[in-house]
Amino acid sequence: MEQICLTDMKNGQGGCVCVIPHGRGVRRRLMELGIRPGANLVKVSSTPGRGPVVVQVGRTQASMGFGISTKVFVEVG
Amino acid sequence: MKKVLLMGNPNVGKSAIFSRLTGVHVVAANYPGTTVEFVQGHMKLGDEKALIIDVPGIYGLETASKAEDIAVDLLKEGDVVINVLDATNLERNLHLTLHLLEQNIPMVVALNIWDDAQHKGIDIDVKRLEEILGVPVVPSVGLTGRGVKEIVSRLEDAANPVPVERTEEDRWLETGRIVSKVQTLRHRHATFLEKLADASVRPFTGMPIALLVLVAAFTIVRFLGEGLIGYILEPAFEFLWKPVLMHLSSLMNPDGLFHTVVIGKLIDGDVNFVQSFGLLSTALFVPIGMVLPYIIAFYFVLGFLEDLGYLPRLAVLMDSVMHRMGIHGWAIIPMLLGLGCNVPGIMATRILESRRERFITATLISIGVPCAALQAMIWGLLGKEGWFYVAIVYFSLFMSWVIIGRILNITLKDRSPELIMEMPPYRFPSLLSLAKKLWMRTCAFLKEAVPFVLVGVLVINILYFLNVFDALANFTAPLITRVFGLPKEAVVAISVGFLRKDVAVGMLGILGLTPKQLVVATTVLSMFFPCVATFAVMWKELGIADTFKSVLIMILSSVIVGGVLNLVL
Repeated sequence: MEQICLTDMKNGQGGCVCVIPHGRGVRRRLMELGIRPGANLVKVSSTPGRGPVVVQVGRTQASMGFGISTKVFVEVG
Repeated sequence: MKKVLLMGNPNVGKSAIFSRLTGVHVVAANYPGTTVEFVQGHMKLGDEKALIIDVPGIYGLETASKAEDIAVDLLKEGDVVINVLDATNLERNLHLTLHLLEQNIPMVVALNIWDDAQHKGIDIDVKRLEEILGVPVVPSVGLTGRGVKEIVSRLEDAANPVPVERTEEDRWLETGRIVSKVQTLRHRHATFLEKLADASVRPFTGMPIALLVLVAAFTIVRFLGEGLIGYILEPAFEFLWKPVLMHLSSLMNPDGLFHTVVIGKLIDGDVNFVQSFGLLSTALFVPIGMVLPYIIAFYFVLGFLEDLGYLPRLAVLMDSVMHRMGIHGWAIIPMLLGLGCNVPGIMATRILESRRERFITATLISIGVPCAALQAMIWGLLGKEGWFYVAIVYFSLFMSWVIIGRILNITLKDRSPELIMEMPPYRFPSLLSLAKKLWMRTCAFLKEAVPFVLVGVLVINILYFLNVFDALANFTAPLITRVFGLPKEAVVAISVGFLRKDVAVGMLGILGLTPKQLVVATTVLSMFFPCVATFAVMWKELGIADTFKSVLIMILSSVIVGGVLNLVL
């Protein structure tokens, strides 16, 4: 098992979220969209030029800015 | 009177259910945050009349955003809650449900978007969920009205079991447990709409799709707008209305004040709807004959894209570009709304979190996003001289938008927060709700525009008669003639722009300007100052200090851009 940040995942790769950033607002917003430790997600796409990352969690898709995606760590294996 | 609150996550269909319950139609769209202010209406509850409030969508009760503050305040006064859930997204939605149950207020749960959940292979055991939550649970489809009657009938059994205190973590664990008990997922293949949704956010496919959407949108707006004008409105004015006016005119002295105000000047002995400038000629023709067709066409296309769920995808694609201007991709939504009318555009800046972003977005909308009324008039006037001139106006506005955005991002303190947002699934728009939304927006335009234009034209005619404009023209002549290269009378049109920009462009039409002068004048007019309605809503949203800062930026940049255009062209 290896932990990498969302930014480094490939499109279509899946994994289990293990760390999300601690900033109060950001953490809460991520949890509300289902991105919380223990949740399974699949990366859908990333946009070049440090653009946002789109992930699929359950039946929802969520997008987050590049900076946040560098602080979300996922166990892939 | 009983107060019923409609509460739930953003984009679960609260507004659609609200419309069904009250018969009051509110604008709904397929992206989170369509309702930024609460809306209220009345409904029958048994024999009683009840007040029903459409609360802005929230994820929790932590009061971190403006919408959540409003929701928590409303919750204190409410008697019963209809908690609307997106059945395709049970886990996330239940989190708020549990939180609401802890507030000790009677509640009914509506499992909305039930039809989609079934298509997606999501089975929910409604009976079981009812037992676990201890409140009535009703499957519903807001768009078609399914289940809405049952929600009302079960409001009487609205209950609240003994509330438990939970921490945030407990709540998430509990939602997980409930979902595993009541929900089963059937496996199935991705649908066409889902594949299309993914393709529209992946850059390689998304960029061409975005380009295609924009070109198609633009083409449809022009095709519809021109079609409505050419085949319906122009003939109607020309063949039905003009004879009436000519008859009226023959009853009056053609040089008297009354004739000038009501019918306007006769051009070559005939009523000219663009140039006569009377209340019954130009003041009716501009909003109804020239602008309305484009309003209808624009809102038809925007409504389709909104309900399909395309806008959040465009926001993701535009995010890195928008970041250079200190705003994130989400700001594209207020900007697009601004293309219809700046007022709802600026109101929609509330979906942005920070004050800084709201200021930048509102300022950029007023400067670089011409409203449909203004655009229709620019096309009507300048389009005759060639599309090339129209393109220069758009290019100048776009460049100002980019450059001013860059400057604001560099000079303003702080940085804007990053985007985190939900991407709603694509849903094929329902024709009925598209038509209703279009109808509402069109009526809103007519109610807003026609009286304003009538009053505007009346005031202009009287001021002309009193020669007030001559004094103004002489006073500002150095700026207007030297910097912009326009005749000094153009200042009248530019100042009328504060009232309504479409009328202002109409006034430019009488001055007999060259195409180059028209380009300069319409560009300056677009940027110079917000119209009075936009000004008022900016004041409300940004406060007085920031509004004046924003207006100062507009005046400065319009002088620079107008001067440069005059030199370059």
